[in-house]
Amino acid sequence: MKHTISVLVENKFGVLARIAGLFSARGYNIASLAVSQTLDPGVSYMTIVVEVKDEQVLEQIKKQLNKLIDVLTVTDFTKREHVERELVLVKVNYCAKDKEKLQKLLVRFAGKLIRHEKDTAIIEAVGEEKQIKELLESLGKFGVKELVRTGKLAITQ
Amino acid sequence: MTGAHILIECLKREGVEVIFGYPGGQVLPIFDALYDADIKFILPRHEQGGVHAADGYARATGKPGVCIATSGPGATNLVTGIANAYMDSIPLIAITGQVKTYLIGNDAFQEADVTGITRPITKHNYLVKDVKDLSRIIREAFYIASTGRPGPVLIDIPSDVQMQDTQFIWPETVDIKGYKPTLFGHPGQIKKCTKLIAAAKRPLIYAGGGVITSGACEELKQLAEKINAPVTTTLMGLGSFAETHRLSLRMLGMHGSAYANHAIMEADLIIAIGARFDDRVTGRLDAFAPHAKVLHIDVDPSSISKNVEVDIPIVGDAKNILGQLLEEIKKAPDTSEWLKTIEAWKKKYPFTYKDGEKIKPQYVIEQIRELTKGEAIITTEVGQNQMWAAQWYTYTQPRTFISSGGLGTMGFGFPAAIGAKLGCPGKIVFDIAGDGSIQMNIQELATCVCNKINVKVAILNNGYLGMVRQWQELFYKKRYAHTCISGPDFVKLAESYGAAGIRATKKEEVRPALEKALAIENMVLIDFHIEPEENVYPMVPAGEAINRMMGLA
Repeated sequence: MKHTISVLVENKFGVLARIAGLFSARGYNIASLAVSQTLDPGVSYMTIVVEVKDEQVLEQIKKQLNKLIDVLTVTDFTKREHVERELVLVKVNYCAKDKEKLQKLLVRFAGKLIRHEKDTAIIEAVGEEKQIKELLESLGKFGVKELVRTGKLAITQ
Repeated sequence: MTGAHILIECLKREGVEVIFGYPGGQVLPIFDALYDADIKFILPRHEQGGVHAADGYARATGKPGVCIATSGPGATNLVTGIANAYMDSIPLIAITGQVKTYLIGNDAFQEADVTGITRPITKHNYLVKDVKDLSRIIREAFYIASTGRPGPVLIDIPSDVQMQDTQFIWPETVDIKGYKPTLFGHPGQIKKCTKLIAAAKRPLIYAGGGVITSGACEELKQLAEKINAPVTTTLMGLGSFAETHRLSLRMLGMHGSAYANHAIMEADLIIAIGARFDDRVTGRLDAFAPHAKVLHIDVDPSSISKNVEVDIPIVGDAKNILGQLLEEIKKAPDTSEWLKTIEAWKKKYPFTYKDGEKIKPQYVIEQIRELTKGEAIITTEVGQNQMWAAQWYTYTQPRTFISSGGLGTMGFGFPAAIGAKLGCPGKIVFDIAGDGSIQMNIQELATCVCNKINVKVAILNNGYLGMVRQWQELFYKKRYAHTCISGPDFVKLAESYGAAGIRATKKEEVRPALEKALAIENMVLIDFHIEPEENVYPMVPAGEAINRMMGLA
């Protein structure tokens, strides 16, 4: 099962390696990881989606993260009111006659056509996991050439 | 002040009495500052010897051990010793030289990514990039290493940082935002505990190394006596509770006493203190302690419910929490039936061995105990020697059994004995070794002789890597693949280093050999030729329930 946790860390040399090393050394799976600075430039915010088989492993992950000296706080979003978003950039096949169909689809998913050139269009979309999944399924019929996503970002209510 | 001088000044202010270090290109400025520094310095013959000695010093005294090595191979030679200290939660400061800051990442001569290599085996580590940070980092390192659940901290210092000049500022206090160990137990949890204890019929205290680290041995004794509960200790917990006490069940686990293993399987309440339910203790997890509620006191929250589901966790320092508990406990449970059952197990399943013509290793250890009145510091290597030393010496004081518990590092005991002796010069220090393990750090004979460090090494020489051979005998149809090991003439070897060497091949030579060794005011190595295929019993095969013991009389 997937769980989203956030980790506030001191923005110090090697901190990402510490977190990544902890996960690999203990055999935990990271489904996605997003890192950036916060309002305080000395502190970074990580949103980590972990895949665990039971609650006990999730508890261990949180405790082990908390043990790292550079970790300030660990927040588990599993039972908390929060907002989750992910951004995707998708390169799809494009031809002029499909334009209307594509536009309609993008309106439905609040996606944006950022640019198109000859036979390729680049689409941007922001949404929850479910929306992104549905969008990607719908785009499948146009033919997806390439895809990048930020991984999940989450913030508490 | 240069970085190197700041380092020395900080070490002094931290109360460091002795440094174990090996020089090299990237620590030259530090060694130059050490040249006229007023701190005892010990030069081992291998960096691994140095780090284990620092570890042994820390275990014997409770103070952080300090070792220094150069960059690259010097630092990588520390790795086993750092991992060893990490697994057993030993406060250790490892200082390594690094190539100059502008060369880092260039594959420079003797460069290795030491903070990278040691990240998973240190409690924390630092690469010092600016000399202005150095004193703060050293202060933090000592604080992190010695508080909470202790552990090794490594400080990697590039040689140009060692040479840079800056104003020396001693940080009076340490404030690390992300590191605030919990010291006292939650009062609500303590209350819950007292209820559980009062209702128990078959309580058992399971004490680990954390009791010793926290200095909670007196409180442990008071608790056991107050609630009339038997006490078993882990290997790391040996000495936390006198094994001569009527409530002692001695060590539990794979080679523990049968009565301790039966007791933990039959208990209805386990009070775990500073222990981590290691696989060598629990045996098959799903069969472990089926009737017991578990109360777990530990300073490290991640130890709780890691292997065994805990009913009441109390996070904090064992000494404080036991103090809180002792105050709260008003009603002691009636454990008389339980203690009778245990007495019967003790009578039925004592530790035993069959005497024979050849020297029995158990006999050697019994004789060491008698001659040292059970008051020596015993260090061990790893394998059969370690288990016999754990079973047969009878420990009554904390910090008198020094052994590589978690990592199981062969070659640990001899250098650890050096550190222990330097920390406790008034004590007799005995390394109980095997002929395999001792060869892993035998070069430290020179360190002992040069520095007149009077430790005794008792080699239980069976010509085998005995514990592996035992497993091959029991589980691999006696196919002794590469476990028959030859050694040098240990007596001549000792003598060539300038130490004394004694050999004993018959039972009647054991006691005179030990008496002679104790009379010599110098490093002595005693080579006991023991029964080659003697096994350590009882034994729980790996993966079996902990009460399924082999080798009971």
